[in-house]
Amino acid sequence: MSASVIETGAPIRAPRGRAVRLPRTLPLGRLALRGLALGLSLLAWHVAARYRLDLGLVTFRNVPTPAAAAQAAWALLHAPALPTHLGASLARVLSGFLAALVVGVALGLAIGRSRSARDLLWPPLEVLRPIPAVAWIPLAILMFPSSEVSMAFITFTGALFPILLNTVHGVESVHPRLVAAARSLGAGDAAILREVILPGATPSIVTGAAIGMGTAWFCLVTAEMISGQYGIGYFTWESYTLQNYDDIVVGMLLIGVLGMGSSLIVRWLGARATPWIGAGGQR
Amino acid sequence: MSAGAARIQAGTDRSEAGHVAIRDGAIRLGQGTAAFDVVEAISLDIPGRQFVCILGPSGCGKSTLLGAVAGHLALSRGSVSLDGRAIAGPHPDRGIVFQQHTLFPWLSVTDNVAFGLKMKGVGRRERRERARALLAQVGLSDFAGRYPAELSGGMQQRVEIARALINRPRILLMDEPFGALDAQTRLTMQELLLDIWTRHRTTILFVTHDIDEALFLADRLLVMTPRPGRILDDIPLDFGRPRDRGLITDPRFTAIKQRCLALLHSDPGHVPLARLSPIGVPA
Repeated sequence: MSASVIETGAPIRAPRGRAVRLPRTLPLGRLALRGLALGLSLLAWHVAARYRLDLGLVTFRNVPTPAAAAQAAWALLHAPALPTHLGASLARVLSGFLAALVVGVALGLAIGRSRSARDLLWPPLEVLRPIPAVAWIPLAILMFPSSEVSMAFITFTGALFPILLNTVHGVESVHPRLVAAARSLGAGDAAILREVILPGATPSIVTGAAIGMGTAWFCLVTAEMISGQYGIGYFTWESYTLQNYDDIVVGMLLIGVLGMGSSLIVRWLGARATPWIGAGGQR
Repeated sequence: MSAGAARIQAGTDRSEAGHVAIRDGAIRLGQGTAAFDVVEAISLDIPGRQFVCILGPSGCGKSTLLGAVAGHLALSRGSVSLDGRAIAGPHPDRGIVFQQHTLFPWLSVTDNVAFGLKMKGVGRRERRERARALLAQVGLSDFAGRYPAELSGGMQQRVEIARALINRPRILLMDEPFGALDAQTRLTMQELLLDIWTRHRTTILFVTHDIDEALFLADRLLVMTPRPGRILDDIPLDFGRPRDRGLITDPRFTAIKQRCLALLHSDPGHVPLARLSPIGVPA
């Protein structure tokens, strides 16, 4: 190799094998620490609920113990209504999320690329952005004849803004040099958008989608307050009105786990869509 | 089209393609009161297949001038044409190689090189075949499937050159293409470029602030003044080809080098200007 350094056009040999990937598992000590943290949290919950801790400002008198919640969870797992609850919630979250993905990416590309689109779209979106999901309930009921659509709409409002803002950020992060290089290679406006801006913004869009998936679940209980009978959010809210306090905690945990799981799936799909990220240890 | 431009076109057949003509060119950058003249009173003829280096201090507008020939910047006065046709925007006939980081991070090395063919509508199979053939010429066959981030700086510049050449440009515009490389790699790349140029005989307009690099590569040397940049000297370099490193000790080489050093000499209190880029934003 040393002799061929100066020689022009000397082929450079690829080193054997790909770059070494970092081990994905944590060292045992840190894993143990994380397990301990979870255990301590459970213990604190148990102690507070078992002895009906009353701190004045906050009281645990009506909070079920972890054991009671576990029992309720076991019962729910065997309840015939569970698949219906799950199916209803998944359909609402998924439809709201997918609509937010399409609308958020489309608006984000327009706002990120065109100054007039930004001037036209940004002000109303900024006004809508701080409105919480629960505030949309009355209007959603009035606007959508179908309660299923109004529930999907509320999860949509939750997922839209993280996706939109991250898409705009991703579009703006594409360096003008890349666009200039593409133009010199014969790319027109449509090709620039399709071949340069969209792939360049994809890592940001994936981040926005993972956050948006979380916020869609976040809005589920709010959305399912409208629901007549099914859904995890509905189940949680109904448990409160029926004073099944154990089931409240089960519903909450179920939403947390489903939200985390679907965010992980989005991130996994996102990693598949952006195989160049992490290549060569940069960007 | 002016009468002069028409005359030039009439006298041009394909064998002479790559003739650049600039008439009284000036470029202004910036908005309103912050606008400033980057280059002015540039009149220049570059015959087809000539290798021209532009040498000048940082910020003198040599990259800006390159950007105008590429079509990324418009002249504020005068005209610039290639083979008699006024330059109105970027075109694959005028390939450009930037200093660094303009490969598309999401495309493999092969697909980066094949990008120009994709824009022309060439089918995937054919464009990958042609990209691989060109990659072999720059010695990167073993890296065809890698992402740009997995390549060293010198290899990335090889890919950039191949990517511009696949469109068979009439002129290759190079903006300090080896400026970010270490000294050893830079020498290798200079020899590689001359080697490629024997096979792809295009006009080359090469911007650098390295005197040795300019003298080693070019048929002709243009020396520019600090901003607003004008052409201070136009020096033919008839050292003969192929060139080898022994040229550096040739008395004619050292004489011209002395002349360039004297031209570029600036007083010690002179503050270097910020580097400009061919697309008009600070690099």
